[in-house]
Amino acid sequence: MRKRSIWLWMAAVTGYAFLYVPLVIVIVYSFNDSKLNAEWVGFTFDWYNKLFHNDEMLTAAGNSLIIALVASLASTLLGTMAGVAMYRYKLKLLPILVLTPIAIPEILMGVSLLIFFVLLNFTLGLLSVALAHIAFCIGFVAIVVRSRLAGMDESLTEAARDCGATPWNAFRYVTLPLIMPGVIAGALMAFTLSIDDFVITFFTAGAGTVTLPLQIYSMIKIAVTPEVNAVSTLLMLLTLALIIIASRVSPNLFSAEED
Amino acid sequence: MRASGRRAKWLVVGPPLLYLLVFFAIPTLIMVLASFRTPGEFGGLAPLVDEAGTLDLNLESYVRFFTESVYAEVFVKSFWYALLTTFLCLGLAYPLAALIAKSPKRHRNLLLLLVILPFWSNFLIRIYAWMIILGPQAALARSVNAALAMVGIQPVSLLFSSFAVLTCLVYVHLPFMVLPLYANLEKHDQTLLDAAQDLGANAWQRFWRITFPLSLPGVYAGAALVFIPAFGIFAIPDILGGPDDSLIGNVIKQQFLETRDWPFGSVLSIVLTVVALALAGFSAWVGRRNLGNPSSARTADA
Repeated sequence: MRKRSIWLWMAAVTGYAFLYVPLVIVIVYSFNDSKLNAEWVGFTFDWYNKLFHNDEMLTAAGNSLIIALVASLASTLLGTMAGVAMYRYKLKLLPILVLTPIAIPEILMGVSLLIFFVLLNFTLGLLSVALAHIAFCIGFVAIVVRSRLAGMDESLTEAARDCGATPWNAFRYVTLPLIMPGVIAGALMAFTLSIDDFVITFFTAGAGTVTLPLQIYSMIKIAVTPEVNAVSTLLMLLTLALIIIASRVSPNLFSAEED
Repeated sequence: MRASGRRAKWLVVGPPLLYLLVFFAIPTLIMVLASFRTPGEFGGLAPLVDEAGTLDLNLESYVRFFTESVYAEVFVKSFWYALLTTFLCLGLAYPLAALIAKSPKRHRNLLLLLVILPFWSNFLIRIYAWMIILGPQAALARSVNAALAMVGIQPVSLLFSSFAVLTCLVYVHLPFMVLPLYANLEKHDQTLLDAAQDLGANAWQRFWRITFPLSLPGVYAGAALVFIPAFGIFAIPDILGGPDDSLIGNVIKQQFLETRDWPFGSVLSIVLTVVALALAGFSAWVGRRNLGNPSSARTADA
C-alpha cells in the first residue's frame, strides 16, 4: 500500500513538473542577459525595457485591452441574461446556441465569422474581433451564472414577490446581489478568454489589426527572442491575477465549470 | 399579468438569443451554404446567380474532398495525432487525478487549481515555451545529440518535428483530461476497494477491476474534451511542426487565408466538425451506457 502511494506521488510530481517547468523557463529567460534562450548568462531588465519602447507591442497591448474590456462587458450582460433565462425557463434553442460555441472546434467559429464579415462588407478590425469574442464568451458567463443560481435559495425571490416586489425589483434587489459573485467571476473569465484568444482573433482581425497574441505569433514565427519572454511573463501575471480574483469571488468556480 | 410575464421572459431571453443567432447561427449556416458554391475568380465566392441566371449551387467541393486522396490522408493523420494525444493525456492525467482525489479535502482545491492555472496562461506562450525547451541550442537537444553521436547516429532536430507537435499537444490539453477524471474519482466509494482487499485482490486487480471500470465515464468525458480541440488544432503544427506535420487545421487556414478557396475550406471545416462531434457524441453515449450497466466492471476486465 505504502509503496503504491510512493509511485503515485512520483507520477503526480512528474505531471506537475511537466505543467510548470516550461512556464518557469519562459519567465526565467525573460531576465536573462543573452539573445539566445539557451543558457543562463546573467540578470537583466533589458528585455522589459525594450518591450516598453516597442511601439508595435504597445499598440497590440492597447488593442487587446480595448477588445477584452468591450467583449467582457457585453458578454457579461448577455451571458447573465442567458444564464438566468436558462435557469428560469424551459428553453430549447437558447441552450443549444449558448453551449455549442464551446463544444465545437474553435477554427469553425473563426472561419464562419470571417465569411460572414467579408460577405457583409464589414471591415475587419477591432470591432469584428470584439463581436466575435462576445459570441464565444457568452456561453462561459452563462454557465457560471446558471450554476450560481442553481445553488441559490429560490424561496428568497418568491418571498420578495409575495411582499409585493415587482419581478424587476425582486431580481434587482434579491436575485442579482446573490448571484453577483458568479457574475463577477464570469466577467473576469470572459476578460481572460478574450485577451488570450488566438484562433478566432487570427481569422477575424484582418490584415491591419494586431492584438497581443497575434503579435506574439508573428514574432515567434520569425525567431525566438527574449522580448517575447518578457511580454509572456507580464501576460501570465495579468491572467494569474484575474483568475485568482475570480476564484476568490466565486470559490466553486472551477467545480461548477464541470457541469 | 400573464402578458407582462411573457414580456419579462422575452426581455431576458431575447438579447442573448438574438446575438447568438446573428453572430453564431447565421454565420455557421452561411458557411454550410458556401460549401455548395463555386470559388470566386479572385477568391471568396462566385456570384450566387450568374449572368445566365443559373443558381450557383453544386457538390463540386465535396466531390473534390472525396476524390483527391491527399485531403483524406491529412484527415487520417490529424485523427491519429488527436487519438495519440488523448491516450498520452490519459496516461499522464490518471495519476494526477488519483492523487488529488486521495489527498485530504483541504488540499484538493489548491492541487486542482495548480492543474488549471497553466491552462489560463496564453495558448501561444505555452507553445513558445516548447520552442525554447526543444531548440537546437538548448540543453535537451544538445544532450540528446551528444548521446546519439556516441552510438554513431546523425544529430536530430527536436524542434520542427512530430515529436515537438505531439509533446505540445499533450501539454496544452492535459488539464482537460485531469478535471473530469478527478470529478469522477473523487466520488468513488473507498469501501469497495476495502472489500476487494479483504477478499484477497492485490493492488493491480483492485485498480483494473474496480477503480478503472468505475472511472470510465470520466475517461470518456476527458477523451472528448481533449480529442475535439486537438483534432482541429493549427497553431501547434504551424509553429512547432516540420513540413510533414501539416494537419487538417493547417489546410483549413491555408484554404481561407492563402488559396482563398472558401467553398473547399468550408467543406473541410464542416467535415472536421461533424467527425469531431460524432466521436464526442459516441464517447458520451458509451460513457453513459457503461454508467448504467452494473456488469461494466466485467466487460472492461475482458
